[in-house]
Amino acid sequence: MPIFSHSDYLAILLSVRVAVVATLLSLPFGFAVAYLMTYKRFRGRIALDVIVNLPLTLPPVVVGYLLLLLLGQNGLVGKWLLQPLGIRLIFTWKAAVIATAVVGFPLMVRSIRTGMEAIDERLIQASRTLGAGWFDTILTVILPLSIRGLIAGSILMFARGLGEFGATIIVAGNIPGVTQTIPLAIYEYVSSPRGDVLAVSLCLVSITISVLVLLFHEWLGGRMVRAD
Amino acid sequence: MNGLVGAWSGRINVDLKVKIKKQLGAFSLDADFTVQGNKVGVFGPSGGGKSTLVSLIAGLRHPDRGFIILDGETLFNSDRGLHIPPEHRRIGMVFQRPHLFPHLSVKGNLLYGYKRCEGKNRKITLDSVVDVMQIGHLLDRGVRHLSGGEKQRIAIGRTVLSNPRLLLMDEPLSAVDDNLKFQIISYLKDTCEFFGIPYLFISHALLEMRVMTNHVLTIADGHVTGQTTAEDLAICGMKDADGYANILRLEAPQYMNGISAYQWGDQRLLISGHSPLAETFFELMSTDITLFKRHPGVTSARNLLKATVAAIFNTGSRIGVGLKCGSERLVAEITKEAADELEIREGEEIYAAMKAVAFRRLM
Repeated sequence: MPIFSHSDYLAILLSVRVAVVATLLSLPFGFAVAYLMTYKRFRGRIALDVIVNLPLTLPPVVVGYLLLLLLGQNGLVGKWLLQPLGIRLIFTWKAAVIATAVVGFPLMVRSIRTGMEAIDERLIQASRTLGAGWFDTILTVILPLSIRGLIAGSILMFARGLGEFGATIIVAGNIPGVTQTIPLAIYEYVSSPRGDVLAVSLCLVSITISVLVLLFHEWLGGRMVRAD
Repeated sequence: MNGLVGAWSGRINVDLKVKIKKQLGAFSLDADFTVQGNKVGVFGPSGGGKSTLVSLIAGLRHPDRGFIILDGETLFNSDRGLHIPPEHRRIGMVFQRPHLFPHLSVKGNLLYGYKRCEGKNRKITLDSVVDVMQIGHLLDRGVRHLSGGEKQRIAIGRTVLSNPRLLLMDEPLSAVDDNLKFQIISYLKDTCEFFGIPYLFISHALLEMRVMTNHVLTIADGHVTGQTTAEDLAICGMKDADGYANILRLEAPQYMNGISAYQWGDQRLLISGHSPLAETFFELMSTDITLFKRHPGVTSARNLLKATVAAIFNTGSRIGVGLKCGSERLVAEITKEAADELEIREGEEIYAAMKAVAFRRLM
């Protein structure tokens, strides 16, 4: 096992940090969107469905470029919202978080929706006739009963986030120690001479993290079954 | 009941005025009725609109037009754009299945509605419901591994504890095993009587109607077609059926030599077999009652009751005879020839014999 350089360690930490922050940031929005899609019939529902799922079908590079256009100096959000507030996103680790969140969001919404659709509608009716308002019902019935979907969605999104490459490299760049995550570091090693050993080592790190995360998911799922 | 004191004996009758229309695909519900009572049945064939009506009254669905007024309070009025959400109606529901919250314990389920009930309306408490329902030993358990009967009892307890002013029971027995049905009926009826909660009982089963209700709305093809009683429905049904089933609710048997003795009003009935329950429903077919003009002396039939003829009516191929046995009533059925030979008249005294095996236990 070769000794990693300081920036390699930073890349590993950054990968985990970006994936965790993107996942946590997406959870409330993912839950809200899944709720709307599962329980509400409204105008523009299909449009919302398409927009949410678009990153799943678009090449990540396209998503990254669209984000760059939107959040950059001359972009709609960049110019009118971020600049006046003094926030600079592009080519920072926060941009990597946003890219990861957008690309992984459809996976999270799908998982939560699957969980919510499995909830018996009569349970919701029961809670309403027992005196719980709609928000109360969301907190005390729908949320606890879709917890498996939330966990599955988070794990999926975290795993997807670790591997995010295309969108990240466009909005965050590939700056060692600042925005370089594991996939970006591997890309750099692969394209440089004598970088093969380090590239393979980082691949092993990536595989290890993914396996650990999936094992954690299985363990959590098993625990929840026995807790009944 | 178990020496419980201080039970709530408030206003019992409900006053419900409904005039609503609702279109659901090809089916349309157009209900217009006013009903007062405490044990009201909604009877009709499947697909006639019973469940739709219930969900509209509970507020789980919006009617297209019309109004719903409960005890003088308007719950829905399309002209005024008024729709009180279900959580503010104080109408409890017992569904076909228990639908307990799987993530909560038995106690958590029971208290779900109670916690959300305003303090001034909290008349029924956890302790009293646990006592009536006999579920004290289950409180700390999860709900997944309970038996069907336990689950339905907890579901009833949960609804009762939300202290509703009206209880809607939407075919609560249709998903219960036959051998539990009458046990659940006892719980439902006793609980509502004990706590003074009026209810609307929805079913397509006449037998359940007769046990649970004293006033019935009939509904078919999306319309309320009339108001009657379950007994009248049963008597009307005699023409098509093989007879009329007398339903007897008997308690505290004395068991001896394969025969149980029950007190029925001021009479004593001897019935074959032994029921483990303190209280049992029996069915006695009208055609299993033999009538005698005078006391027949010794007979093999274990039950011989002195009765008064209260009514005589034609049931098509046979003659129905309404009997008054002390404070209780029975309906017997005999052939036209037998009626002629007996020369029965209303108000006359007569003897009715039933074998001990003629009573069928409704489990």
